[in-house]
Amino acid sequence: MAWTRNVLRVNLTNGSITTEPLNMQWANDYLGQRGLATKYLVEETDPTCDALSPDNKMIMTTGPLTGTMVSTAGRYSVVTKSPLTGCIACSNSGGYFGNEMKNAGWDMVILEGKSPKPVYLYIENDKAELLPADDLWGKSAWETDEQIHAKHQDPLVRIAVVGRAAEKGCLFSAIVNDLHRAAGRSGVGTVMASKNLKAVAIRGTRGVGNISDPTKFFKASEDGKKVLAENAVTGEGLPALGTQVLMNVINEVGALPTRNHREVQFEGASKISGEAMLEVRESDGKANLTTNGACFGCTIACQRISTVDKDHFSVKDKPQYHGNSGGLEFENAWSLGSDCGVDDLDAITAANFLCNEDAVDPISLGATIAAAMELFEEGAITVKDTGGMELKFGSAEALLWATEVTVRGEGFGKELGQGSKRLCEKYGRPELSMTVKGQEFPAYDPRGIQGIGLAYATSNRGACHLRGYTVASEILGIPEKTDPLATDGKAGLVKAFQDATAVVDSAGICAFTTFAWTLEDIAPQIDAACEGDWSAERCLVVGERIWTMERDYNLAAGITGKDDTLPKRLLKDAAKTGPAEGRANDLHKMLPEYYEVRGWTLDGVPTDETRSRLGL
Amino acid sequence: MLRSLQIEPEKCTGCLQCEMACSYQAEGVFNPSKSRIKIFTFHDEGRFVPYTCTQCTEAWCLHACPVEAIVINEATGAKEVIDDICVGCKVCTIACPFGTVNYNQETAVVQKCDLCGGDPECAKACPTQAITYVDSDHSGLERMRAHAAQNLPQDNA
Repeated sequence: MAWTRNVLRVNLTNGSITTEPLNMQWANDYLGQRGLATKYLVEETDPTCDALSPDNKMIMTTGPLTGTMVSTAGRYSVVTKSPLTGCIACSNSGGYFGNEMKNAGWDMVILEGKSPKPVYLYIENDKAELLPADDLWGKSAWETDEQIHAKHQDPLVRIAVVGRAAEKGCLFSAIVNDLHRAAGRSGVGTVMASKNLKAVAIRGTRGVGNISDPTKFFKASEDGKKVLAENAVTGEGLPALGTQVLMNVINEVGALPTRNHREVQFEGASKISGEAMLEVRESDGKANLTTNGACFGCTIACQRISTVDKDHFSVKDKPQYHGNSGGLEFENAWSLGSDCGVDDLDAITAANFLCNEDAVDPISLGATIAAAMELFEEGAITVKDTGGMELKFGSAEALLWATEVTVRGEGFGKELGQGSKRLCEKYGRPELSMTVKGQEFPAYDPRGIQGIGLAYATSNRGACHLRGYTVASEILGIPEKTDPLATDGKAGLVKAFQDATAVVDSAGICAFTTFAWTLEDIAPQIDAACEGDWSAERCLVVGERIWTMERDYNLAAGITGKDDTLPKRLLKDAAKTGPAEGRANDLHKMLPEYYEVRGWTLDGVPTDETRSRLGL
Repeated sequence: MLRSLQIEPEKCTGCLQCEMACSYQAEGVFNPSKSRIKIFTFHDEGRFVPYTCTQCTEAWCLHACPVEAIVINEATGAKEVIDDICVGCKVCTIACPFGTVNYNQETAVVQKCDLCGGDPECAKACPTQAITYVDSDHSGLERMRAHAAQNLPQDNA
């Protein structure tokens, strides 16, 4: 079993709260979390709806392993239609919130409609109520978290919350839980705020049980932990340096997008790397990194917990940023750093704190600021637009200013909050937007890593590294090494990563386990926890079914094969330095083969035969 | 030989595997809210600290109990709650200076660490050895060793 088999349904329009049993037929076909909640969304909403209208629904969802002793099994996802991309959105987060939801007894919380007034949802096991949030509206995520804890006089309540950015309509607003973990991408926080829902606060004390075969379960989960502990990436690299272990590696292979992807290597990479976070600052005698930390149940512990020098210009005389908080992941260090040409580690860390404080996706934010900096250097944006700020590449002051006005939804920040695509269109230079389907790129340049270009182009939620992380194979040799500059075989590689990741995201565990785990390690843990036979083969079919269902949702929403592309800069402008010098991304060589291995038409539409093979 | 739980907060990552292991052993479900060991997060300081019963020799909880529901397990040294005798008066929860005895509203009796009968699940579940189960007479052994190592002559290192 492992599912609680209970769904909480909250209609924000009329305030009704009901419960219903989980659809177990769907659970058998879609496992849980990402897959299962997407199935619910597909069945219950119109894909052409306005993402920010009451017609859109937002589902918070755990997986069958969430809340169990399987390593990293504390995950939850938020599934909805994205206001940034118009595609399906599924954003995954760690921290403690997912476990609390499962412990309260819920596989899923479905939020529909729109509340007439600001509210927050308080759940205490089987008791759920909508409480007024007029006094919380306009507050940051951090302030809201503090006030809800104080109001309920319960430090053990776990809270997921939106900040000021979401209230002001920033299209890449996140939902932050436990102060610095986030369902980050695609604007899921914007959807939550559009429903006048400020927070979901949960206290769960019922326990997670229903393990199908406890003896097998403890054996399988212990085997899994051993594999993670003995692996060089999950056992050593990630705990020591976090995802920031990648900064120097990706720069060296010539795939670190720099200054809005104008270049592929950053001269300041070593200054903002994981290694740099360990160096003692001259100014205050402390390192940027205080310690590593873990999300619920995680035996890897890649979280960075960091401080900024109290005298650094970014936080001087602002004591709320002087303590420890969530530090830099590779993605954030890249987007706020290299992509903006900024090599000031303290400034980037402070900008990341601001993203956490007001629940904003730092990838989209950094990439949008990078686009704005290029627009400024090209003269398309001027100091008249910015109110005097010189938005120049490399300026830490400009980075902090742009971050602050965006996360608070003030002035020019409202324009930045529309994302790179809309910003570049507005200022007449759409070609400068480094996006796919309206979502900003993450930290790998597809000229130096060819396969990830295909993964970006075909990702169901727009440009994203977490929908098919071929970097593992192309750079790190996991599970086997492929040549990052080759295009042969990448179609099959991308499909394999996409399908396997859909399973991981549907189980309740973290994608980072796949640096060490394959489905052969994961399936026995699902199999022992859940009823029925969950072999690696069945899991792969479930993964492919989920991927194809998401594709069908996007097609129905009006996003087609024409949108499976990359910006011209990546397809035409060759890399200027590094191992990929002279290369652009050869998407045209990979995409037709990808459609073929997926069993889709040349236009990128799943054939009837494929749909019927997958039971769609 | 008596053993004690040794806690080294600087090694804790806040993963709560110990809380799941403890609650599963005691309750048969993964339920951190019923764990006898708790991890505290000090956000601003960037620290995680495990905390549980230290099994005092002169146990305040045991002396405070009006019905003698808390007894010493001679084999492990643990102060154990006899559920059938406990009347849920909670005087022990007041008496304990460290807060490690707590009332359980579902069972209507108090709960505290019993060292799992001499094989504590929290220590086995901890992935970073922040919780270990060591000889009670030498709980400082590893720290002594670490400090001793600092005095080794450099050329012999």
